[in-house]
Amino acid sequence: MSTHQHSKGVGRCGARCCLKVEHVGIGIGGTDILRDVSFHLHCGEITALIGPNGAGKSSLFKAILGEIPYSGSIDFEPVGGDKTHPLIGYVPQSPTFDRGDPVSVLDFFVAAISDWPVFLPVPKKLRARILGCLRRVHGEGLVDKRIGALSGGELQRVLLALALEPLPHILVLDEPLSGVDIDGERQLLEMLDEIRTTYDLSIFLSTHDFATLEQFADKAILLQTTVLKVGTPTEVLASPEFKEVFHLNLGKGAGTRGRVE
Amino acid sequence: MDAWNSLISLLPFAWAQHGFMRNALLAVLVISPLFGILSTMVVTNRMSFFSDALGHAAFTGIAIGVVCGLGEPLWSAVALAVVLAVLFTYVRHRSHMASDTVIGVFSSTAVALGIFIATTGGGSFTKYNSLLVGDILSVEPSRIILLAAILGAVIVLWLCSFNQLMLSSVHPALASSRGIRVIWQEAVFSCAVAVVVTVAMTWVGLLVINSLLVLPAAMSRNMARNMRQYHLFSLVGAVVAGLAGLMTSYYIGSSAGASITLYLAIFFFVTFAFRKGRM
Repeated sequence: MSTHQHSKGVGRCGARCCLKVEHVGIGIGGTDILRDVSFHLHCGEITALIGPNGAGKSSLFKAILGEIPYSGSIDFEPVGGDKTHPLIGYVPQSPTFDRGDPVSVLDFFVAAISDWPVFLPVPKKLRARILGCLRRVHGEGLVDKRIGALSGGELQRVLLALALEPLPHILVLDEPLSGVDIDGERQLLEMLDEIRTTYDLSIFLSTHDFATLEQFADKAILLQTTVLKVGTPTEVLASPEFKEVFHLNLGKGAGTRGRVE
Repeated sequence: MDAWNSLISLLPFAWAQHGFMRNALLAVLVISPLFGILSTMVVTNRMSFFSDALGHAAFTGIAIGVVCGLGEPLWSAVALAVVLAVLFTYVRHRSHMASDTVIGVFSSTAVALGIFIATTGGGSFTKYNSLLVGDILSVEPSRIILLAAILGAVIVLWLCSFNQLMLSSVHPALASSRGIRVIWQEAVFSCAVAVVVTVAMTWVGLLVINSLLVLPAAMSRNMARNMRQYHLFSLVGAVVAGLAGLMTSYYIGSSAGASITLYLAIFFFVTFAFRKGRM
């Protein structure tokens, strides 16, 4: 496995662009889904969001996307610039497509990124633009496949290409590794690494796969209604908070590790 | 209409000499593309039984119109169908019930209400029987113009919002993250289906209208690999079946709606037998 090892330092904002999530809270019907959630995401970093089901991971993503109301603030600070609303590329969890759906990858892109009616012949220029998008994820060959016929890994790559158009400040992926086999997972992680260095953007993903966390993530955030622990994956996995939440001990020197190397 | 009449009269067929057949032919040429287009999204959006429920609601709407003494009960039917379409979309989004359950709820409520109103005070339900089978040969020129206007509106709707509609249906989470108001898209589409079903019901008949909304796209899915083929096959299939069904009904005296549906069913099973690489 050639998954890269990255510098483990939890960066300061300093000279880098930064997504600042400060004191974010979400309440639905009197219950706190999220409470006082604060953290920073930096460009060029991969941050993993971990937490049990129902910890509020998806709600946090929706708040960052601006789809649900929240208290507190979520701002983006480009290098040397003023706070703005960030442009976010989002890779959602996918429903299972009907295998018979006559929707090709090309159709999917046309509908999502252009105003050209998808039932009319696609102009050459638009097709070329879409091939360019797919090239970013080495997926040009998928353009005429039906989305129902894609494998889990291929689908994630297509959705990733879609999230990179237009090129966002932050790339948010909702459990991109679920439903993807080991080979697809390795490809996807290598691709994320490539994207992070090529486009210098911040990648924020949720995952339940702790085995590969230390290989690809620069930072991990343990969430359960509020942020319980932030640090390098090694620190978070070894923390008492992690043990408390998952009733597991995966930290360094804990003995029972599930690594694939 | 006059130009159409004189043009068709020139055709060397016996049926071309009948005014009602000329009207029916024009109506088929308007209705079949309309169903061909709507069908693509009805199937993709898993709303096959929605049109059935709407048909039932149209019944109720007509019953209400008759009871209220409206000159043209079609309008009360359209209004009720639109209300139901909006309610249906709302309930479907606000609950986690499967859409067939929600459709079932609305459908049975509408039928019960219709029968209740029509039979209150000992009334009879038989006067609505014509709506069940429908009669395309009875179509009037004014209705054809109305249908043509609806076809035009649907084409405009398709050009403006089919992309969003398709994305909302195929991948709702992605659509809403791209700023598409999924519920609005579905509401507008449901209303379009509501209007078309209700207006067309008088000629096509409730019993076959549902199949006309489902079969063209179902057939097309057997062959299509992308959205362009999907629309093309659905449209062509609907028009060919429409014309063939009308001619069949003229020559052997069968119901036009049923003949059209049977042609579509044949197309479906033939394409089903020859489809490739599908599960």
